[in-house]
Amino acid sequence: MNLVLNEEQEELQATVRRFLADRSPLSQVRRVMETPEGHDAALWDRMAGDLGLPGLTVPETYGGAGLGQVELSVVMEELGAALTPSPYLASAVLGATALLATDDEEAKQDLLPGVAAGTTIATLAVAENGGGWDPSAVAARASLGGGRWVLDGVKTLVPDGALADLVLVAARAGDELGLFAVEGGAAGLTRSALAGLDPTRQLARLELARTPARRLVSEDAAGALRHTMDLAAVALAAEQLGGLQRCLDRSVAYAKVRYQFGRAIGSFQAIKHLLADMHVAMELSRSALRYAAWTADEAPDELPLAAGVARASCSEAFFRVAADTIQVHGGIGFTWEHDAHLYYRRAKSSQLLFGGPRLERAQLADRLRI
Amino acid sequence: MSESFRERARAWLDANAAGRSDDGPTAHWDLPSARAFQARLHDAGLAGISWPAAYGGQGLTTADERAFAEEARDFDLPTGYFTIGLGMCGPTLLDLGSEELKLRYIRPLLRGEEVWCQLFSEPGAGSDVASLQTRATRDGDGWVVSGQKVWTSVAQNADLGAVIARTNPDVPKHDGITMFVIDMHQPGVSVRPLRDMTGGATFNEVFFDGARIPADHVVGEVDQGWAAAVRMLMHERVAIGGSTRGRGSAAGFESLVEEVRARGLDRDPVVRERLAELYVHERLLHLFGSRLAQEARAGRNPGARGSVGKLAGAELARFGTDVAAELLGGDAIAWDASDREARRWAGALLSAPAAAIAGGTNEVQRNIIGDRVLGLPREPQVDRDVPFRDLRVGTRTEERP
Repeated sequence: MNLVLNEEQEELQATVRRFLADRSPLSQVRRVMETPEGHDAALWDRMAGDLGLPGLTVPETYGGAGLGQVELSVVMEELGAALTPSPYLASAVLGATALLATDDEEAKQDLLPGVAAGTTIATLAVAENGGGWDPSAVAARASLGGGRWVLDGVKTLVPDGALADLVLVAARAGDELGLFAVEGGAAGLTRSALAGLDPTRQLARLELARTPARRLVSEDAAGALRHTMDLAAVALAAEQLGGLQRCLDRSVAYAKVRYQFGRAIGSFQAIKHLLADMHVAMELSRSALRYAAWTADEAPDELPLAAGVARASCSEAFFRVAADTIQVHGGIGFTWEHDAHLYYRRAKSSQLLFGGPRLERAQLADRLRI
Repeated sequence: MSESFRERARAWLDANAAGRSDDGPTAHWDLPSARAFQARLHDAGLAGISWPAAYGGQGLTTADERAFAEEARDFDLPTGYFTIGLGMCGPTLLDLGSEELKLRYIRPLLRGEEVWCQLFSEPGAGSDVASLQTRATRDGDGWVVSGQKVWTSVAQNADLGAVIARTNPDVPKHDGITMFVIDMHQPGVSVRPLRDMTGGATFNEVFFDGARIPADHVVGEVDQGWAAAVRMLMHERVAIGGSTRGRGSAAGFESLVEEVRARGLDRDPVVRERLAELYVHERLLHLFGSRLAQEARAGRNPGARGSVGKLAGAELARFGTDVAAELLGGDAIAWDASDREARRWAGALLSAPAAAIAGGTNEVQRNIIGDRVLGLPREPQVDRDVPFRDLRVGTRTEERP
């Protein structure tokens, strides 16, 4: 097992970090999150054109960089630290991973090059009624009408669902789960951007009414979807870890320069111990994340448990650290102008995005065969 | 790391060691058989795996060392007698000891010929070990030691001890301490078992009354013993934090899953969630240990980050007993006198507080992480520049006039 980044991975990390510090500082994040699109199209073009990030894990035959989940987690960590609003989770993680998990060679050749180039923004629609992302919870129906598939149902919590060019939809064809590709502008598709807790992540509700779709060939669509969600859980855990680390860094920096009672507040054990616990949470979560990303590339049999552990740890830890960041900052941390609330919002929304701790623990218990 | 080493270690253990018993490690090992086993372990090239060959080690990597530790988890080894020596005293001697001390003491330590104990804590010096009051004074070409130590594991079996004592009370407390190697078999040393809250007596009080130490048994330099002690404590934290708990821990995931199945609670969603949480905590600690070891191998000094594992381990010990208590309910407080499972559970519950105290309390670990990992400003220190003799130390129910 390998839990330490290699030189190339560290270089990627430094490149993305510099890029985001330059192009996506929090002042820019705040500006972008108030716009109707909710993301910065110019930034996305550069992420694609300059850095090739949307196709990071897409094999070279489909126009991507052919890198692994460890590299993906490195990028997600930086995006999480910077809180960059972007369709990266939707397209490069959920969309690309779901397409790659199918057995549909033709669809991969058609669709992946655009996703890899960033010219197609893809996303994945699974959850319904605020429920989980487990294939067993899918109720949307697919039926054949006039030799073509059409979909009916309502999907929610679809990342960047309102602007995606390509929506991959999990739906039931009879007893069988299937994955379907729907064009963003398809007839019978109504997309509503949702208001929400986290203004830096765009979520949408999609209503499908006799919406034409392309069924993606998949021997075991439920298995493919579960695998996709495991990989997405690791990627999201990486994003959470990045946010956690940034909160920790900012809290530590503040505790060194904020003086009360004639002393830097970081010298008081009440604050110091809080920060130490935040650091412990970071170290443990980072270990779990590195392991999960490594299993995704090198030991797929271990991925389901490793992803569950990483997700549980990073979810819980990020929210706690984000909340404690506000506590360390005191009153200033509760203001709109301070960034702490943006991380707090992101931490809670990403904790619950794929179903939340209760469902995820139950799923982990299943996997542990308790 | 060479897989062949792991395989060789595993093969040797399969052929020479018994599987782990439920009673916990070393419960039934007597000292002579423990010594004999350790000697065979050394003969087989499985003791001092990453230590220099010049002093009796095997000269292999820390990865090999760790591979052995992982394989050894499944076996019942007499480690209890030797962990202080192998995990703390030995590594510190290798770091700071003179050539003579290393040549004299490392090989017998590795072979189990000499059992070591660590003599740091005193009744008046717990978290603040540097306020220790045991005195060592020069006498001819050696030293004479008087004072009391406490919480000394395996002192009743120890041949040797690493002791820190005050050699200069006229300077601030950190500047007048020296570390020595002391012979525990001499008239000036008496050892008394200390009964702890579990009812057992795994620790001792050690009394020095004019015990003698040769001049060349100083570890490092005279009055530089605090640095040596800090180094040994760092080894201790790595040893404790890195040690993976035995698979059979009564408040551990595997044991509790069996317990829950036996009670038919395994369909209860709350129970399942709690067990999943416990699994996560155990994995996190294990993975952190692995990551720290890999970083060390890649040349990144773990430094004070060993405190992270120590702290997380203590919290896990408590969390495990919380989960176990929830699952066992009333059965956790009273049982048939013959119920061994229940006794193991009680042992886990009653020993959990020790994990948060021994080797540095959770609070001390948090200070270390805050000060040395995060670089936070230290608390104002009233004891830094005061000569030790003017310092208030220990428990003082009545102030001096």
